[in-house]
Amino acid sequence: MDKIDVVIVGAGLAGLSCAYKLADKGLQVIVVERGDFPGSKNVTGGRLYLMPIKSLIGDMLDGAPFERKVVREQWSLFGRENSINVDFTANKFRDHDHSYTILRARFDRWLSERLIAKGVFVIPKYRVDDLLWENGSVAGIKAGNEEIYAHVVVASDGALSFMAEKAGLRPKMMPKQYAVGMKEIIELPEEKINDRFNVESDEGCAHLYLGDVTKGVFGGGFIYTNKNTVSIGIVAGIQAMMAKDPPLDAYTLLDSFKERYEIKRLLNGGNTVEYSAHVIQEGGYNGLSKLCGDGIIVTGDAAGFALNVGVTVRGMEFAIASGIMAAETIIDAKEKDDFSVRTLSSYENRLKKSFVLQDIESSKEMPDFLENDDFFTFYPERFPGFLERALWFGEGPKGKMGKTLWNEIKSSGMLSFKRLKALYRIKNI
Amino acid sequence: MKIEEKLAIDAFKTDKESHIRINHDICRTKCTLKYCLSVCPGHLYEYNEEMKEITVEYAGCLECGTCRIACQKGAIEWVYPRGEYGVQYRYG
Repeated sequence: MDKIDVVIVGAGLAGLSCAYKLADKGLQVIVVERGDFPGSKNVTGGRLYLMPIKSLIGDMLDGAPFERKVVREQWSLFGRENSINVDFTANKFRDHDHSYTILRARFDRWLSERLIAKGVFVIPKYRVDDLLWENGSVAGIKAGNEEIYAHVVVASDGALSFMAEKAGLRPKMMPKQYAVGMKEIIELPEEKINDRFNVESDEGCAHLYLGDVTKGVFGGGFIYTNKNTVSIGIVAGIQAMMAKDPPLDAYTLLDSFKERYEIKRLLNGGNTVEYSAHVIQEGGYNGLSKLCGDGIIVTGDAAGFALNVGVTVRGMEFAIASGIMAAETIIDAKEKDDFSVRTLSSYENRLKKSFVLQDIESSKEMPDFLENDDFFTFYPERFPGFLERALWFGEGPKGKMGKTLWNEIKSSGMLSFKRLKALYRIKNI
Repeated sequence: MKIEEKLAIDAFKTDKESHIRINHDICRTKCTLKYCLSVCPGHLYEYNEEMKEITVEYAGCLECGTCRIACQKGAIEWVYPRGEYGVQYRYG
C-alpha cells in the first residue's frame, strides 16, 4: 500500500502548526477537517500567549489576524449583590508581543490559507470515521469508503479526540476532569470598546470573574475584547454542575452573568452575533492522554494540553508548540525510516524539555487545589462583603474601622484552621 | 435572551439524520438523574411526557461534547456530524 508521510486529523492550531513545520521540510502532508473550512468548528475564550512559542514558530504567524494586544488584566470576585475588581496594567505588557485575543474561525482559516499556499493539501468537510491498522500499528485513516494510508497519523482533533480514543491512548472521559465553556460574541463599535474598557485601539483587556457567576460551582466567567466584538463567557465544571441539587442549568449561567450591573453597561447596545460552546480539560497533568503509539502522535487539546491556574487559562500556545514538536519528531522518524513508538516517543522528551510539559507538570496539584469550594463561594462572598460593611455609613456611629474589620474577619471563619490549612497548600502549586 | 433565539443566530447545516442517538433502554433502566437535561449549553434535551423518554433537538447542537461526558451510563451515543454538517462558527 502506497503511503504518504503524514495525515493530520483536525485543522486547529496544533494540526495546522504541525503541517506548517512538516511542509517546510518537504514532507507529504494532508490535513483533514470535518468543518466547512478550517476554523469553523473551533472555539477559544480567548487569548494566545506568544512569548513561550516565539522561538518555535519562525515566520508562521507573521501577519496573523490578531484582534487586540492584551495590556489590561482584570479579576473580579462576584458576591451575590456586590463585587471587587482588580485592574492590572504595565508598560511591559504594552511594549512586548505578550498575548493577543483571537477569534478562531478567522485565525485558523488564515493559517490554513498560508498552508495551502505552501502546497499542503487541506481537505475540509471530511470527517474521519476510523483509524486504519497494520500489524498492530496505526497506518492511516478511514472516512466512509475512502482510506488514506500514512506513516504517521497526527491526532489534532481537539478535546473530544475520537482518534486518541480509538487508538486506545485516552481513557474514558470523566465529568470531574472537564468543564464546559459557553460564549457569546457581542458586536460593538471599536471606539465604544476602547472607551468602556479603557484601552487604545488595538489594545485589549482580559477579565476573569469568580464566584456568583457560576452560582458558586467550580469555574468562572470571562471577557476578552476583540477589535469590534467582545467575547463573553462562562466556564463551569461538569461534575460540579451535576453535583448541585437540583443540578445547575448550564445554559442559564451566561444570561445571569450578562444581567449583572457590572457587566450590563459594558455590553449595552451590543448585538450578539454568535453563541458557542465547547468542553475544556481541567485534569491538568493527571488528565493527559498517552502522547504517542506506533504510527500515531497526539497533540494539543486532544492530548489534554490545557492549564487552568485560576488567574490565567492557557491552551493554544501548548497546541502550537506540541504541533511543532510532533513535526520535529516525525521529521526525525522519517530520516530513520522508523515510525514505531520507539522513535516517536522522543516527542514526549521534547515536550518535557519545553514549557509545555514543564508548566503542566509544575501545576500538577492545581486541579486538587482549585477543587476547594471556598474559592467559588466563601471568598467571593466574604471579601466584597467586608468592603460593603466597611464603606457603608448608616445612621449612628461607625465605630473603629480596624476593629470592625478584624471582628468581621474572625467571625467569618476565614482564619479557621481548615481554611488556613487549605491556603497553606499554596506552596505546592 | 432566550436560548432558542441565541441558537437561531448561529449558522447550522442540518443533516437528515441525527448524530446523537439515545439508547432508551439504558436511559430508562440505568439512569435516574438525567443530567443531559441540565448540562447542555443549548438546552436541547427534553423529557417527552407522552413518549416517556428523553428527546434531543440535534439540529441545534453546538458540538461541545458535554452530554457525552455527563452521561456516564452510556445512554448517549454521540459522534461528530458528518463532514460539512452541523454548526459552522464564523467567529469562534
